[in-house]
Amino acid sequence: MIEIGLGHYLSLGAIIFFLGVIGIFLNRKNVIVILMSIELILLAVNINLISFSIFSGDIVGQIFTMLILTVAAAEAAIGLAIIVVYYRNRGSIRVEDIHGMKG
Amino acid sequence: MINNLNIMLPEIFLSLSIFFILLLGVFIKKSFNLIFNLTSVIIIITIVIIFNNPNDEVKIFLESFTRDSFSNYFKILILLSSLFVLNSSKNFILDNKLDKFEYPIIILLSILGMFFMVSSNDLILFYLGLELQSLSLYILASIDRDNLRSTESGIKYFVLSALSSGLLLYGCSLLYGFTGSTNFDLIADQLIKENTGAVFAMVFILVGLAFKVSAVPFHMWTPDVYEGAPTSITSYFAVVPKVAGLALLIKFMFIPFSNILLEWQTIIIFISIASMILGAIAAMVQTNFKRLLAYSSIGHIGYALAGVATGVISGYESAVVYISIYVIMNIGAFSCLYLLKIDGKYKENIADLSGISKKNPLLAMSLLIILFSLAGIPPLGGFFAKFYVFMAVLEQEMYALAIIGLLTTVMSAFYYLKIIKTIYFDENVISFEPVKNKVAQISIFTSCTILITFFLYPSVLNNLVGSLFSN
Repeated sequence: MIEIGLGHYLSLGAIIFFLGVIGIFLNRKNVIVILMSIELILLAVNINLISFSIFSGDIVGQIFTMLILTVAAAEAAIGLAIIVVYYRNRGSIRVEDIHGMKG
Repeated sequence: MINNLNIMLPEIFLSLSIFFILLLGVFIKKSFNLIFNLTSVIIIITIVIIFNNPNDEVKIFLESFTRDSFSNYFKILILLSSLFVLNSSKNFILDNKLDKFEYPIIILLSILGMFFMVSSNDLILFYLGLELQSLSLYILASIDRDNLRSTESGIKYFVLSALSSGLLLYGCSLLYGFTGSTNFDLIADQLIKENTGAVFAMVFILVGLAFKVSAVPFHMWTPDVYEGAPTSITSYFAVVPKVAGLALLIKFMFIPFSNILLEWQTIIIFISIASMILGAIAAMVQTNFKRLLAYSSIGHIGYALAGVATGVISGYESAVVYISIYVIMNIGAFSCLYLLKIDGKYKENIADLSGISKKNPLLAMSLLIILFSLAGIPPLGGFFAKFYVFMAVLEQEMYALAIIGLLTTVMSAFYYLKIIKTIYFDENVISFEPVKNKVAQISIFTSCTILITFFLYPSVLNNLVGSLFSN
């Protein structure tokens, strides 16, 4: 049996984090997928914080995690609301279609 | 305990009054005017409360919240600039049917977020303040919800800003893990060069902060959001979050990262040089005035970051002076846009400015002053801002940074002068209708007066800023 230590948790967090970042940049289809990728990033941070908190015996990391969860919920709500108003105007939420202004 | 509440009285007052006017807005029909005026009153009362707050440094709530002269200065700057931005844009809001009562309330909420940002002394409080500000700004960018461009700018801002918040938060988690604390002072003790994990975390946090102040290479959202959002929101974006973002950046460099100066210095120098160069080059080909101001604000942030890059107190002071004068110039520049109206529509293309010197000589004159100041031509305020930054940079013998900064100043003068050429020497094609917008005129007048007379009393601002870093 392998002893599961801090390093394993951190690697898991890093993998999920980079999956989230890559998901935002590679995705060409749907804005909802971007929203899910952002959620992945925040969850990876939570894994990091909780494992640090457990292994150092300090409770602050877990409190931080609870606050991040709340903020993530608010962020998802606002993101979905913006996507809805955009869909009403444009009739599409494909990432390729969001190019009204050149940037 | 009651003393502790006294220390954060501005925040408490602001949040309670937000609840109050939110309820008013729900129960009273067509309450935009009432809420708008109440918002101005609330901002003024908050300024008075902060003025009456002593400036000595106090840390409360497990040392997570600081009140000192630094945070008080930035709070007053934030409040004053949002007061001017809000009131000068009132006619624009009414004309474009943006008069929802949520508008001023969300602006107040973002101000509350910025208050916590500049006062935070703890990663948790800092993150919550940053998110309160960002969430309000996402809504503000897409507030014109029947307009395709406004909602598109909202989506772009949301996606990129949420990504940068994620990067910043990942940095915070690593910083917490490798230093064992979320408190800035404790982090500063632990954060040394040998602590590789924490230095790695510092890079992530810098990326997030650079995004918030729209420095290159994290500037992609700025031109699109500035162009797409309604002008009243753009002027808010260009002024107030920039101030809070830069204050936060300086705070991070000054407290938690103070022991790893050499590590972050190279990154900030790179970001600063890249912003100055991109701001100068990309603005040359713009035809939209708001888009041009977006690139010019990227360039200006580059100069302010050059002051931060020195890593000494005189450099931080020059950056604070720079951002203060930048705020004054931008309020003036955006207020001019509220006076350019034809057939009930506000114009924002540079070509529309052609020949306004004949019909509106006063407006043309004030634009001339503001644009010269943005270009950094003596003896206007913008010149002194740049002068202090380059003095601080030269004192630290960072000659390359100073030379590139001076070169880009000359390059950026090109596009400011191009606008002035359009204003004064192009054939008059459009005549604007006279707009009655007293507050916008007052804003333009105030900003021009300050910019012209700044060279008489530069010590006022310098002494004020000089006292911020004393402790």
